[in-house]
Amino acid sequence: MKMGTNQKRLLKMIIGAAVYALALLYRPGNETISLVIFIAAFAIIGGDIILKAVRNMMHGQLFDENFLMGIATIGAFGVGEYAEGVAVMLFYQVGELFQSYAVNKSRRSIVGLMDIRPDYANLERGNALEKVDPEAVKIGDIIVIKAGEKIPLDSVVVAGISMIDTSALTGESLPREVTEGDNLLSGCININGLIRARVTKEFGESTASKILDLVENASGKKSNSENFITKFARYYTPTVVAAAAFLAVIPPLILDGANFSTWFYRALVFLVISCPCALVISIPLSFFGGIGGASKNGILVKGGNYLEALAHTEIVVFDKTGTLTKGVFKVQEVVANDISQEELLELTAYAESYSSHPISVSLKQAYGKEIDQTRIAGVEEISGHGVVATIDAKMVAVGNAKLMWKLNPDFKEASGVVGTVVHVAIDGNYKGYILIADEIKEDAVNAIRGLKAARIRKTVMLTGDAKAIGEKVANDLGIDQVYAQLLPADKVEKLEELLAAKSAKGKLVFVGDGINDAPVLARADIGIAMGGLGSDAAIEAADVVIMTDEPSKLVTAIRISRRTLGIVKQNIVFALTVKALIMILGAVGFASMWAAVFADVGVAFIAILNAMRVLNTKRYHT
Amino acid sequence: MKKSFMLEGLDCAACAAKIERMVSALDGVSGASVNFVTTKMVIEGDEAKFDQIIKSATKVVQKLEPDVIVKKA
Repeated sequence: MKMGTNQKRLLKMIIGAAVYALALLYRPGNETISLVIFIAAFAIIGGDIILKAVRNMMHGQLFDENFLMGIATIGAFGVGEYAEGVAVMLFYQVGELFQSYAVNKSRRSIVGLMDIRPDYANLERGNALEKVDPEAVKIGDIIVIKAGEKIPLDSVVVAGISMIDTSALTGESLPREVTEGDNLLSGCININGLIRARVTKEFGESTASKILDLVENASGKKSNSENFITKFARYYTPTVVAAAAFLAVIPPLILDGANFSTWFYRALVFLVISCPCALVISIPLSFFGGIGGASKNGILVKGGNYLEALAHTEIVVFDKTGTLTKGVFKVQEVVANDISQEELLELTAYAESYSSHPISVSLKQAYGKEIDQTRIAGVEEISGHGVVATIDAKMVAVGNAKLMWKLNPDFKEASGVVGTVVHVAIDGNYKGYILIADEIKEDAVNAIRGLKAARIRKTVMLTGDAKAIGEKVANDLGIDQVYAQLLPADKVEKLEELLAAKSAKGKLVFVGDGINDAPVLARADIGIAMGGLGSDAAIEAADVVIMTDEPSKLVTAIRISRRTLGIVKQNIVFALTVKALIMILGAVGFASMWAAVFADVGVAFIAILNAMRVLNTKRYHT
Repeated sequence: MKKSFMLEGLDCAACAAKIERMVSALDGVSGASVNFVTTKMVIEGDEAKFDQIIKSATKVVQKLEPDVIVKKA
C-alpha cells in the first residue's frame, strides 16, 4: 500500500525528469517556449508540493516544509535560474522518496524485532479445532498449539511435551522444555511437540500484549535529546527564515554594487536548509530502535528517558537475595562429630520435617528420601531457638547456638563459618552442624565484571542478611560496598545516602527482583526489576524490566544505551554541522541550492541509515 | 480514559512532535503522545469530554498533516 504511493511518486518523477531533460537539450532559441517546458517539468515534479503549501497556508500553517521548498524553487525561477529551480525540486523529491523509503524500512525492521504478536489461536470446540482471533478466547478455554506456532495466550499445559523457544521474550537462545502443568507465555514459539493448554489470561492481559504495549508506549517518556531537538526545531525554522529575509534585503541596500538577485539567490539557499524535519527524523528512530533492540535481548525499557539515563550509570546498587544469589537455600556442608554425615542429615531432616520454613525445606531436599512419620514420636518447637524431636527414641535437638547453650552452657560455636548454621545435639551431646547458604548465581560474576569493564564507578549490595554472609557474597563477586542487616525501610535510607553522594550527572541504578523493594525501585534514578517474566508487580514498579534472572543483562542494557546515545549524538552533530556549513558557504556565495538540498534531504537519509545501526543487536551480547 | 489511534501516512517527525504538542494542549486532555515509529497516537483525557476530544484531535491532525488518516487502533 505504502509502496503503491511511492511507486506513483517515482513514476511522476521519471516523467518530470524526462520533460526536464527535454527542456535542457531542446533550445528553441525562444525564451518563452523554453520557460514553458521548464514550468511544465516543474509542475509535474513539484506540483503536489505547491498544492500542499497553498492548502496548509490556508489552514494557517506558515513555514512548513512545502511552503519553504515552494518559495525557494519559485524564487529560483524568479531570478531566471529555471534549470536550477526544477533540478532542486527534483532532487528534493528524490530525497524525500528515499527518506520515506528508509523510514518505512526502519519502521518495519523495528516492528519486526518485536514480532511477538500472535495472529490466531486454535480453539478447541467439542472435537473440532477452530482458528480464531486470540481476542475471542476466554479464560479456561482449551487451545491447541502446533509445532512452529506462536503461543497465542498465557496458558498452562494440560497435555503434551514440547520444547519452547522463549528468545523473543527473553533473548535466551536455549529452548525450554515444558510438560503438563507448566506455564506457557504468549509470544514464545512452540518448536516441536503438540500441546493442549488451558488459557489463564485473556489476550489483553497476556504477556505478549503487555510487552508490546509497554514498548510501543515507551515513546511517551521522551529522552532529553528528543526534547532538545524538537524544541530546537521550533526555533530553528523561524530563525533561518528570518536570516534569509535579512540576507535578501539588507546586503543589497548597504553594500556598494551588490546585486539584488545574487543576494536573493543566497537567501533561497537558506530557505531550502530551513526545513527542520531532516534534523528531527533520526532521533525518535534511534531511540525506538534502541528500545526494540533491548526488548529483543529480553530487556524492557519503559521510556526513551530511561534508555538515555542508563548510559550515565555511575552507581549500581543490587539487592542480594534473588538478584545476585539464587534466593534458594541449599545445604553447603555437613560437619559431624562421632556420627556419620548421612545419619546427622537424616535425623535433622526428620526433626525439621513438620516445618515449611525455607531452611527446613532445604534440609529435606538435601536428605532426598521420604520421611517415615512413624519414626517420629514427638516434636516440640522452641520459638527463636529451634526444635526438639523424639526420633527412634532419641532426643534430637536441632537449632541455633542459643538452643545448644540451653542444653549445655559450655557449648562453643565454631568461628569463621559463614551462612545459616543448624546445630544438632543428640541425647544432649553435641554432634555437629549443617551449613546452609544461598548460592551465588554464576551469571552474577559476569555482571560485576562487565560493570567494571564498562567503567561503572561503584557497585553496592544491600541485604537483610547477617553481616558475615553479606560480606562473603560481596567479596566473592568483587562488589565495592555492602550494607547488611537492613530492614526494608533501611534500604530506602541507604539509597538516599548513596544518591546524595553521587555526582550530579551520574545516575544511580537499583536492581532488585521486584519483591518487597518497590519503594527502593521507585526512589532510584533507574529502578530495574529482574525475572519479570510473568510477574506483573515487577513490570509495574520498575523503569526497566529484565525478563530473565541474569543480572548481566544490565551490562547489555548499558551497552545498548551508550551505543544508541552515541549514534544520536553523531546524527545531531552531523546534521547541524552540515547545515551550518552550507549556510555559511551559501551566505558568502559558495554554496548553491544543490548543496542546500543535500544538507536537507541528503543529511536526513544518511542520518536514518546511521540510526538503523542500533538494530544490530548481535553486538550487545556479552 | 485512554485511547490509541493510528496516524496512517505519518511521514514527518517534526509534524509528529507538533501534533503531539497541540493535541496535549486540547481542552480535557491530560496527556498525549505520538510515536513517530509506530505511527500511534495515545490520548489520555477526561471521559466526559472524550467525543469532543477525538473530534478536535482529528481536526488538529488534518490541519497539520492533511494526508494523514486518523484511524482507531
